[in-house]
Amino acid sequence: MNTTEQFRALATILYKEIHRFMRIWMQTLIPPAIMIMLYFVIFGTLIGKRIGQMGGFDYVQFMIPGLIMMSVISNSYSNVVSSFFGQKFSRSIEELLITPLPHYLILLGWVLGGVARGLVVGAIVTCVSLWFYDLTVDNWPLCIFVVISTSVLFSLGGFLNALFAESFDDISIIPTFIMQPLIYLGGVFYSIQLLPQFWQTISLANPILYMINAFRFSILGSSDLEALGFSIYSALGMIVFFIVLFSTICLWLLNKGRGIRT
Amino acid sequence: MKALSISNLKKEYQGGIQALKGIDLQVDEGDFFALLGPNGAGKSTTIGIISSLVTKTSGQVKILDIDIDENHSLAKKKLGVVGQEVNFNQFEKVEDIIKNQAGYYGLGFRKSKENAKYYMKKLDIWDKRNEQARKLSGGMKRRVMVAKALVNNPELLILDEPTAGVDIELRRSLWDFLTEINDNGTSIILTTHYLEEAERLCRNIAIIDSGEIVENTSMQELLTRLEEETFIFDLVQPISNLPEIKEFEVILENPRRIKVTLGKGQGLNTVFSTLSGIGIEISSMRNETGRLEELFLELVEPTLKEKE
Repeated sequence: MNTTEQFRALATILYKEIHRFMRIWMQTLIPPAIMIMLYFVIFGTLIGKRIGQMGGFDYVQFMIPGLIMMSVISNSYSNVVSSFFGQKFSRSIEELLITPLPHYLILLGWVLGGVARGLVVGAIVTCVSLWFYDLTVDNWPLCIFVVISTSVLFSLGGFLNALFAESFDDISIIPTFIMQPLIYLGGVFYSIQLLPQFWQTISLANPILYMINAFRFSILGSSDLEALGFSIYSALGMIVFFIVLFSTICLWLLNKGRGIRT
Repeated sequence: MKALSISNLKKEYQGGIQALKGIDLQVDEGDFFALLGPNGAGKSTTIGIISSLVTKTSGQVKILDIDIDENHSLAKKKLGVVGQEVNFNQFEKVEDIIKNQAGYYGLGFRKSKENAKYYMKKLDIWDKRNEQARKLSGGMKRRVMVAKALVNNPELLILDEPTAGVDIELRRSLWDFLTEINDNGTSIILTTHYLEEAERLCRNIAIIDSGEIVENTSMQELLTRLEEETFIFDLVQPISNLPEIKEFEVILENPRRIKVTLGKGQGLNTVFSTLSGIGIEISSMRNETGRLEELFLELVEPTLKEKE
C-alpha cells in the first residue's frame, strides 16, 4: 500500500471508531458527564466546602485536573478494549485481517479512536467543571501533551488487554481490579502529602500518580511532584517510556497473531 | 500465471493436530476451481492461511505469483474472501459495511462509494443499503458478504461455502452472478458442501481429506472416471408399464419419466434406438446431478468410516 492508500485506510478505521462511540453516545458520552457532575456536587460543593484548601488550592479547583484525567484514562482504555474485543468476538476483525493493512495501521487506528473518545469525554468533563469553577490553564502546551500522551498510553493498554481477552469478563478485570484502584489512589481526590511517609513511598510506585500530577501541574502550575522532589520531566519521560514499551509489545503480539489468528 | 500457488503447506495446531500435511495446489488464472472435502479435512485452514486468518507452520503461498510472505500487502490487494460465517458488525448499515471495506484497501471515498453502489445493485441489496445489517435475512447477509469481498475488484475471489443455508432462488442467482464475474476474468475458488454446485460451476477440482490433497484434476476428467452414469428422460406420451429392456438398467420413475443407468462404454445411441424400437418417444433428456457426490464419497470414504 502506498502512503495515500495507507492514509485512507487509517482514516476509515478512525471514522468507523468515532462513528461507533458517537452512535452509542448514551452509553459512551453521557455517563461520564453525569458521574463527574455528581463528584462535583458531592465532593466539590457539599463536602469540599468543609475540607477547605488542598495542596494550596480550593478543593474543587484541586479536584478538577484529577477528574478530567480520570475520565480521559478510563474512556480511552474502555473504548479500545471494548471495541477491539467486540470485533474479535463478532469475528468482524477478519474484515481487517484479510486486507493489505499493515499491523501498525490497525494499532494506530484503534489508538487514535481511543484518543478521540478520551478527548471528547475530557472536553465534556471540562465543560461540566466550568459550571462549578472558573478554571484557567497555566501551561497549555504541557496540558495538551500530557492529556494526549496519557490517552495514547491507556489506549495502548486497552488494546493489549483486548488482544489477550477471551471473554467479556477478561475485559473488565483490569479496569475494575487494577486501574480503578490506581486512579483513585493516584491523587485525584487528595494530595499524597497528606499520607504518612510509608504510604507516600508506596504511592510513588503508582504510575497514574505521575500522570495526574503532571496534568495538575499544567493546569494549576503546582502539584505533589515538585513537593516530593520529582521533576515534571520525569513524569513525561515515564509516559513516553510506557508508550514506546506498550507499542512495541502490541506490534510484536499482532505480528505473532496473538488473539487474532489461530 | 497462476491465480494461486501453494507449495508444501503445513499447519499444525497446538496439541499436535496436523490440519495440513504439506499440500500442493495450483489454480490457473481465470479458473473456477472447487476445493472440496469432508468437515475437518483442512479446507477452511487452507483458506484461512491464504487470507491471513490462520498462521501457517511452513510452506509457501503465492497469489497471482506474489509470495504472501515477501509482499504481503500487494498479494492481499488482489484477494477477496467470502468467509463461512457472517463477519461484519451487524449494527452498521449495509452501505457503510461495504464502503468501509473498500476503505481498508485504501480506496478513496468516491471510488469506495461507486464500487459499493455497483455491487449492491448487482447483488440486489441496493434497496437495503440504509438498513442495519442485523435486520437482514440470512440470504441478504450472504449477499453483503459477497459485495464486501468484491468491493476492491479482486483478481482472485475465494468463497468458503457461500450458499450454505440459503434458499434455492438466491443460490441460483449467486451462481449466475459468480459465473458472470468469472467470465469477466476473476479467478474463483469455491468450497461447498453442495456437490451439485461444484459440478455445475467449476472447471477444475481438488479434493482434500485429512490434510492431504487426494485428487486434483479437471471436473470433466473426474466425472469420466465414473463407472456408470445416470440420465433422466422425459417422455412425450405417458406409459403405465415399462417393457423388459436387457441392454441397460431402466426404472420408471413416473408415467412421464424414466431413469436410465449406463455402464462405462455404453453409448446413448443404444438407449435411443432401444426406446424408439418399443415405441417410447423422448421429449427431453438430462444428466442426473449428484455424479460428483458418488466420486466424492468414494474418495473420502476411509475418513468418513473412521469418523463413524
